[in-house]
Amino acid sequence: MQSEKQSNSLSRKILQAISDASLVPFLAILTAVVLGGIIIAFVGGNPFLAYRGLIEGSFGSTKALSETAVWATPYIFAGLAVALAFKGGLFNIGAEGQLAVGAVSSALIGYALPEWLGFSLPTIIHLPLAIIAGMLMGGIWAGIVGWLKAYTGGHEVINTIMMNYIALNTTSFLLNGVMKDRSPTNVIARTPLIDESARMPAIFEGLRVHWGFVLALFVAFFIWWLLNKTTLGFEIRTVGLNPDAAQYAGINVKRTIILTMVLSGMLAGLAGSIEVTGLNYRHELGFSIGYGFDAIAIALLGKSHPLGIVLSAFLFAAMRNGATRMQFLTQMPVDLISMIQALILLFVAADAIIRYIYRIKAKGERVVLTRGWGG
Amino acid sequence: MSEPQIVLEAKGITKQFPGVLASDNVNFDLRKGEIHALLGENGAGKSTLMNLIYGLHRPDKGEIIVNGKQLDVQSPNDSIAAGIGMVHQHFMLIPVFTVAENVMLGDEVTKRGALDRVTVAEKITEISKQYGLDVDPNALVGPLPVGIQQRVEIVKTLYRNAEIVILDEPTAVLTPQEAEDLFRIMRDLTARGVSIIFITHKLKEVLAVADRITVMRAGRVINTVKPSETDSAQLANMMVGRQVILTVDKKDHEAHEDILKVEGLSVRDQRNLETVHNVSFTVRGGEVLGIAGVQGNGQTELSEALTGLRHPTSGKVTIDGNDLTGKSPRVITEAGLAHIPEDRQRHGLVLSYSVADNMVLCDYYHAPFSSRGVIQPKALDENSRKLINAFDVRTPSPFVNAGKLSGGNQQKVIVARELSRSNVKLVVANQPTRGLDVGSIEYIHSEIIKMRDRGVAVLLISAELDEIMALSDRIAVMYRGQIVAVVDAKKTTREQLGLWMAGAHVETV
Ligand SMILES: Nc1ncnc2c1ncn2[C@@H]1O[C@H](COP(=O)(O)OP(=O)(O)OP(=O)(O)O)[C@@H](O)[C@H]1O
Ligand SMILES: [Mg+2]
Repeated sequence: MQSEKQSNSLSRKILQAISDASLVPFLAILTAVVLGGIIIAFVGGNPFLAYRGLIEGSFGSTKALSETAVWATPYIFAGLAVALAFKGGLFNIGAEGQLAVGAVSSALIGYALPEWLGFSLPTIIHLPLAIIAGMLMGGIWAGIVGWLKAYTGGHEVINTIMMNYIALNTTSFLLNGVMKDRSPTNVIARTPLIDESARMPAIFEGLRVHWGFVLALFVAFFIWWLLNKTTLGFEIRTVGLNPDAAQYAGINVKRTIILTMVLSGMLAGLAGSIEVTGLNYRHELGFSIGYGFDAIAIALLGKSHPLGIVLSAFLFAAMRNGATRMQFLTQMPVDLISMIQALILLFVAADAIIRYIYRIKAKGERVVLTRGWGG
Repeated sequence: MSEPQIVLEAKGITKQFPGVLASDNVNFDLRKGEIHALLGENGAGKSTLMNLIYGLHRPDKGEIIVNGKQLDVQSPNDSIAAGIGMVHQHFMLIPVFTVAENVMLGDEVTKRGALDRVTVAEKITEISKQYGLDVDPNALVGPLPVGIQQRVEIVKTLYRNAEIVILDEPTAVLTPQEAEDLFRIMRDLTARGVSIIFITHKLKEVLAVADRITVMRAGRVINTVKPSETDSAQLANMMVGRQVILTVDKKDHEAHEDILKVEGLSVRDQRNLETVHNVSFTVRGGEVLGIAGVQGNGQTELSEALTGLRHPTSGKVTIDGNDLTGKSPRVITEAGLAHIPEDRQRHGLVLSYSVADNMVLCDYYHAPFSSRGVIQPKALDENSRKLINAFDVRTPSPFVNAGKLSGGNQQKVIVARELSRSNVKLVVANQPTRGLDVGSIEYIHSEIIKMRDRGVAVLLISAELDEIMALSDRIAVMYRGQIVAVVDAKKTTREQLGLWMAGAHVETV
């Protein structure tokens, strides 16, 4: 066989595969940045100064780096949530709601559990409990949608959107009611601070970056391993790519759909938990607006690959974090950043534009049409 | 005109895919009004050559000349403009569109900005009449039988004024009757000056309809001959490069105890119509029971109900004494089923998975392929190399996506996976050799007979009467959801089976 010749160039092939996969996202980013620059110039700004501000603001100092990592943490978790669902053939638009119920649950366990028990808990018990509560709640929230999909055929896009409304309104109800911070000076909808024992320690004195960031990287690796190296991952991917073949192969398709949604929801819930236990020490209405939606963009830009998601989460985090510095240097509105993000997403989603601009040939993958018989 | 004019000429076409030279300095020509058949093993490069002519791929070297002019094909648009139309091995129709919408797709006719379906429908009706291609322009494509979908594809090429039509394995999916219709249509087309390239694996068809035959092997053209100067054996020899035994050689069977027992089984299809009515039969270990019948008489639903893909509405299925009625495919597989599904791309494969992954599609979860929920890549690798060798799957490596394999080699991946599983007691083989070349058919037939000789029960469902006759020990005929006859294969004739398949009444068996 020709296998010897093949394996010699295996490493080269892997490199080739990586560069093939990231070529379009990379060019999409480049194009969006150039277009953004043109727009900045058009409205009278200096694009070079603006981008310098962006880079300085996100990577220019230890503090800037730390803040970028802080932003990237929920982006990685939520991006992984959306990506995992994509791999299983499901579109989870509900990360935002799952994240909210996760954050509320973590906060509740964080401030109220010792009170209920009547004694205080050590960090080693209290913190994991708070995090697990958030994950479970996110998992249940998404699992309901998975169940509806598996047993009634209800489309997950509609149902996750519905569940988002329920989650956000319930959260608002709780934060304005039973869970509201009762301290005399407080007027906003937020929970009390969680106990010290439920807080994640900082990694470095004086910087906000917390262990949740390290956890995010670890979880990204874990999800890669789960998807590609385990039988569960094989089942999730098979159901995502070809549910008929999955059924033929003896995979329990319904169970896998529910499980995929539960896992996806757990990741989104984790994003909320970590924000509460690692950063804000409470849940506040409106703190997370948009993470769950940006996560969709991040998953798309990262091509649903965990490594791609970590990188695109960083990109989005850097843009969010560097925006203030950019505004300071050029007086450009922060909204410009949202616009560049939107452009990147547009180019990634409509990659035909990028392929056309840069004359990249699509790799023989055509639209799926009816199959006569598979010859 | 004494010498017919050459309408298409390919000169020195070369195309390298990663790991395979799919087209190696190929020369090919097509004369006006002829049917030129292209024969060759699975993976010989037939579809590739056609894709190159049609502009789906670009050749590395060589030129294509149409009507004396060099054709620079960048995309199918250029070849369509030059009068070339192609009906692919996998159809390219959009199921939720009507026939008219599919036909005009890519060449939409509009009136004041809106799609002009009426004009298109009229033109389709005109083409239908002219060439005897009966299609309803307003029908949705999805629910149409494959034979009709194929007509839509042909109409689509004619609608674009194709003078050269490429048909890539058009008969593989057709019933014998539909195939006869297609041959009539092809003759009508050539009588009107259309030239046809016809790819098939069926030697009989080639000898019956072709004016010239070109045989390819391993990316090269071996020879071009006239049907009057050759025969099946010689063609098979040219294709495979060795002597092929076209008849199956098998010992008398020794039937053992009953393995598969089906009692009073009724099944509904997805439209909730009962397509299998109260069917009962048994298959014993060591015998092949062939189910003959025109496609669409309930065979698909029957095999789906037996293999766990569909719930029967009533009745009982037991394998080796275990009641498996309505059980999941996993349970049935573990009880000893090997299943070669009818639709290889829908059920049998995940096209974007590697060959190695596809070869463990049903077995990934147990040892040696996984251990404590973790997949063992080494075991997958060894398994695939072993099966690739044993079943002669033509693939550059086990890591190539199954979707990149030629159609016949995709089928071999499935057959290899299913027949190699240990503990198999029953094989349900639905169209096991569809789209395979004669050499591979010979091999798969001998593997099925080997299973039988080992005492495995084999249920063979096939639209090919030849295949049924060659392999079966007993033959059951299915007509309108019922088994109308079960006979000893040695005591029946094609004619008798044909009558039963057409619904002739059976007194006793
Ligand atoms: N897009 C592709 N990328 C890589 N290899 C390919 C691609 N398309 C085809 N090949 C390879 O080229 C060779 C020729 O394939 P082709 O589909 O032309 O065979 P074929 O003669 O049509 O066979 P069959 O009768 O099975 O349909 C095969 O080895 C196949 O694996
Ligand atoms: Mg082919």
